[in-house]
Amino acid sequence: MTFTNQLIQYLINGITKGGIYGLVALGFTIIYKSTDVINFAQGEFVMFGAVMLYTFHHVLHLNLLLSFILAVLVVTLIGILMEVLMIRPLEESSVITQIIVTIGASIFFRGSAMLIWGRNDVFVPFFSSGKPYRIFHAIIDRQYLWILVITLLAMGVLHLFYEKTITGKAMTACAANKKAASLVGINIRTMVVLSFGLSAALGGVAGGVLAPFGMKYDTGVNYGLKGFCAAIVGGLGNNVGAMVGGFVLGIVEELGAGLISSSYRNAIAYSILVLVLIIRPQGILFTKSGERV
Amino acid sequence: MAKWIVEKGKGLYFLLFCVLMLVLPLILRMSEAGDYYLSLMVFAGINSMVVIGLNLLMGYAGQISLGHAAFFGLGAYSSGIVTTRFGLSPLWGFTLSIILNFLIAYLLAKPILKLKGHYLAMATLGLGMIFFVLFNELPITGASEGISVGKLYIFGYNMNSRYLKDINYYYLTWIFTLLLTYFALNIVNSRVGRALRAIHSKELAAHSIGVDISRFKTKVFILSTIYAGLAGSIFAHYSTFLCPVDFGLNYSIRVVTMGVVGGMSSIWGGLLGASVLSILPQFLDIFAEYDILIYGLVLILSVIFMPEGISQKISLCWEKCQKKWFHEV
Amino acid sequence: MTMDNNTALLEIRGIEKDFGGVKAIENLSFMVKPESIKGFIGPNGAGKTTAYNVISGVLAPTSGEVYFQGKKITGLKPYRIAEMGLVRTFQNIQLFHNMTVLENVMMGRHVRSKSGFMASALRLPRMRAEEKETKEKAMEILTLVGLQDQAYFKPDSLPIGYQRLLEIARALAAEPELMLLDEPAAGLNTKETSQLAKLIFRIREKGITILVVEHDMELVMEVSDEVLVLEYGQKIAEDIPRNIQTDPKVIAAYLGEMDD
Repeated sequence: MTFTNQLIQYLINGITKGGIYGLVALGFTIIYKSTDVINFAQGEFVMFGAVMLYTFHHVLHLNLLLSFILAVLVVTLIGILMEVLMIRPLEESSVITQIIVTIGASIFFRGSAMLIWGRNDVFVPFFSSGKPYRIFHAIIDRQYLWILVITLLAMGVLHLFYEKTITGKAMTACAANKKAASLVGINIRTMVVLSFGLSAALGGVAGGVLAPFGMKYDTGVNYGLKGFCAAIVGGLGNNVGAMVGGFVLGIVEELGAGLISSSYRNAIAYSILVLVLIIRPQGILFTKSGERV
Repeated sequence: MAKWIVEKGKGLYFLLFCVLMLVLPLILRMSEAGDYYLSLMVFAGINSMVVIGLNLLMGYAGQISLGHAAFFGLGAYSSGIVTTRFGLSPLWGFTLSIILNFLIAYLLAKPILKLKGHYLAMATLGLGMIFFVLFNELPITGASEGISVGKLYIFGYNMNSRYLKDINYYYLTWIFTLLLTYFALNIVNSRVGRALRAIHSKELAAHSIGVDISRFKTKVFILSTIYAGLAGSIFAHYSTFLCPVDFGLNYSIRVVTMGVVGGMSSIWGGLLGASVLSILPQFLDIFAEYDILIYGLVLILSVIFMPEGISQKISLCWEKCQKKWFHEV
Repeated sequence: MTMDNNTALLEIRGIEKDFGGVKAIENLSFMVKPESIKGFIGPNGAGKTTAYNVISGVLAPTSGEVYFQGKKITGLKPYRIAEMGLVRTFQNIQLFHNMTVLENVMMGRHVRSKSGFMASALRLPRMRAEEKETKEKAMEILTLVGLQDQAYFKPDSLPIGYQRLLEIARALAAEPELMLLDEPAAGLNTKETSQLAKLIFRIREKGITILVVEHDMELVMEVSDEVLVLEYGQKIAEDIPRNIQTDPKVIAAYLGEMDD
């Protein structure tokens, strides 16, 4: 394989991964905007998406599309329950407390998943069978295309939701200024619940498309952390930034892993995270004020 | 008499506690499984050191760290590398552990501690993950295969002797733990402790009354990493073999959980939380199977229903009892 | 500190402060003479608290300088300014809720004591002596403001009037040269306000200079040697209280506020 071909391969892998990171980053952003909470259980939504899809499709033998929709709905429900049971009671608490409760949630979710689905990877079949495509000598897995298509679709739908629907606009208003939003009659509580549901749903979608590659109780952690890196790179609290941040992180990570060393793949992502936080906590792509003295 | 006890209160508790820890092994060794209990106590002491340091940082100064496993690991690997790779005396391992943590914490403190809340949490978590990758990949740490640690000799005395290892380490660990507890208790009841609490409570007001915030944050961060590093060094010699998996995100979260359960803004709380969560799981079979689930549940329930930790519940009870007993005298 | 009575303890020279194009303070200059009490008034939103934030180093001015004891303090960190002897209270009370009343006042002694991590961890004799002194001084000051019986309470449990007194006590504990009080009488009843006036005089007797932002005109006119009036970020008057009360510009400014 020539160097150019290798490069193309890294790019393809990076874009695919980046889409997933972008979805998770969007999940972080949506919750952060409505509640100022960073949800450390975001990665577990991804894991739930995959294991739920497995359950509906493989155990209950429903067809793939129906299973996918049901899986996303269940994850949405989990997100809503999380808000009601864990976040709401601590609304007035310190940031440390809020961080810790979402960490607690993430561990609890992992533990429950281990209990129900065991310690091994669960798989669903690839969404479509057949040989991978080839562009120049780079290989594109069919599932990669599914990932890309569904990810972009989810992002597009989210965009339309925010731009075209009353509820979406209300959520934007609520994120911008809670007081003003409640004065014009928007129910803040509903918006917060909705943001958890929406964020969980995005995680569920990401998990669903990843399911053919296998997922177990603790796989989600990694996606959660990478998604957060992407959100920070894109400027926490900015939807477009989150998506672009996801793609950038995915590509940089793949290139770095390919050209430098694959064992330092995670170190590259986390170094980017720490550097961005130190140098420009408001994000390097799009700005939204970071908390800094 | 009663008045004297109340006045000397805190110091007296500490003294009593020291005596208790001194005689505890004699009681434990009466049991068949004495050495097993002793080894649990060693881990309780090691975790206590980390948690007490973390409580100074999180509970008093209000600065979250989700990466303390890295500093624990730096301490442990210092000891492992010095004794195995260079064949030097273990004391150099302890020294390197302190120096390394001091330097790294010093360099990181300024840029990192400017961040607040979620940003700080994520930055420390990211740092922890970077160190985890380094432990996993660097040849000098033995990478994922791990590294063995040389025996610990103190003035020529072999701490790792076959029959006395557990009791030796019990005393070593708890002498360190009690010493570090003593320092921490003194610090929190001093000008420094008040400054830290002021930073936690209202940064602006603390600044305006003359507290050099970044200096205090830096120092308490360094102190907490040295606590973790010393614990790591003892851990290394006791377990005799190091694997990166002990120094990952899980350990960072575990020590935070211990702090939360015991009470983050209390030194005794740190001791209590670390001890309870180091020992109790070993006696509950259910833990073995569902440990993550239970950890998560404990964490969620304790922040919601007991945000100040067990120690605060106990001290409230104790205050009531004191009032009852001593005011009637 | 000996100082010529004509030189200012605090001197503000042409301070400007913009917030994204909005001028909060415009070309403000004034002086505070040593051992004087200066009232600082103006309608809501005139820029008084912004001025305090600039003086105490919390905010950097867009332009202009602040001199304290003849030294330029603009650009210094707030803690450095506090160390030099300029401390303040806050309009929205900023007490340390995780400490007792006594500890809050001991916090004020921070700049007058030195023990660091090492001395504290080891409980060195000099640290113990210093701690004892800090506690005694703090108790003395609590007695001065009349909060000695509340020493071991948490500040949250005190009524608002006491909390204001505690803020003053904490500032006083630093043995400052200059105290900036920000609406010390807000939320106080008539009796408490008259006690506050007495306290302000007693603080001045200790040789401490006071600049006080306050909406209670009666109090300002009673305690101040001179009054400075700010409107829309600009100084509109600076004179002795009697002249301020009859100044048409000042009256107009306050009448304007009543129309709102």
